[in-house]
Amino acid sequence: MATTTSIEVPDTPLLGYVLRRADDALVLGHRLSEWCGHAPTLEEDIALPNIALDLIGQARSLYQYAAEIDGTPGRTEDDFAYLRDVGQYRNCLLVEQPNGDFAATVVRQVLYSAFIDPYWRTAIGSKDATLAAVAAKSAKESAYHVRHAGEWLIRLGDGTAESHRRAQAALDDLWLFTGELFEVDATERALIAAGIAVDPETLRAEWNRTVDEILAEATLTRPVDGWMQSGGRSGRHSEHLGYILADLQHLQRTYPGATW
Amino acid sequence: MSEAKIPLWEVFIRSRTGLAHKHVGSLHAADATMALQAARDVYTRRGEGLSVWVVPSAAIVASDPSEKDMMFEPTGTKIYRHPTFYEVPEEVGHM
Repeated sequence: MATTTSIEVPDTPLLGYVLRRADDALVLGHRLSEWCGHAPTLEEDIALPNIALDLIGQARSLYQYAAEIDGTPGRTEDDFAYLRDVGQYRNCLLVEQPNGDFAATVVRQVLYSAFIDPYWRTAIGSKDATLAAVAAKSAKESAYHVRHAGEWLIRLGDGTAESHRRAQAALDDLWLFTGELFEVDATERALIAAGIAVDPETLRAEWNRTVDEILAEATLTRPVDGWMQSGGRSGRHSEHLGYILADLQHLQRTYPGATW
Repeated sequence: MSEAKIPLWEVFIRSRTGLAHKHVGSLHAADATMALQAARDVYTRRGEGLSVWVVPSAAIVASDPSEKDMMFEPTGTKIYRHPTFYEVPEEVGHM
């Protein structure tokens, strides 16, 4: 049972890499779970938490692996989710952006899913057996996430004047967070060379194709690539992540080791 | 709100063991693609099925409940229509 309110994570390449993938999944999963009970239709009120549960499931598998790599006696998946400070989270900035209106949630989901789906499909060939297994399970889930969010975006963009305006505004707002998806640092570069990590650059053509096809059908205009915001991978986050973690962590940090 | 105009769909699922699609419920969706997606999301969360059908509720022609005496009552006395008088050989197993 954990009795601390904060953990330090060893700075090793594989652990850092696993946490980036895990944090993306947990934070986006948490964001989507915020729709539970608030979605625009009953059907979507079930669909969005479904996707959230897929993502939180992926995060769990990855945190379990992180605990194994970390090797600190007694460390579990929960410690990574509940006992790390904002600066230790390694998710990209896109996934922590607020839900906004339904269009913003759908656009965020399209941009992320169009990236992570080919990512997992490629990671099935990883030389790391655990990552390959997580990838095989996750790829089936992410394939549906692309479909689900893509079909919604097509209908929002090609729907009413208001839904089009909102979808285009969300796309324009979130575009500057897409550059970070393809970002790689020196430690990750070494894991790519070792055949463990996926080189995101090899996914760019497919990401472009998926996004362009959806946007074309949605009659939305692809924003011009300009300055891209980054920082999440090295722990420099927007203020939004702090609020997410306050929700997620306050119980474990107020009552260390609490169970129910 | 335009919500009232979103069409209603009936959902049918074939489970892994079943032979026929069974009606499981209904949902609202703007079109066939979204209906199929919503059916998957709402009705197959616990591994209920391997195949899903969605049918516009408006396409279903239903019997009138007020005519149930005329429609269904007369068969009640025709017990000889149930093949309960046959001995099924052991080897046949489940029919």
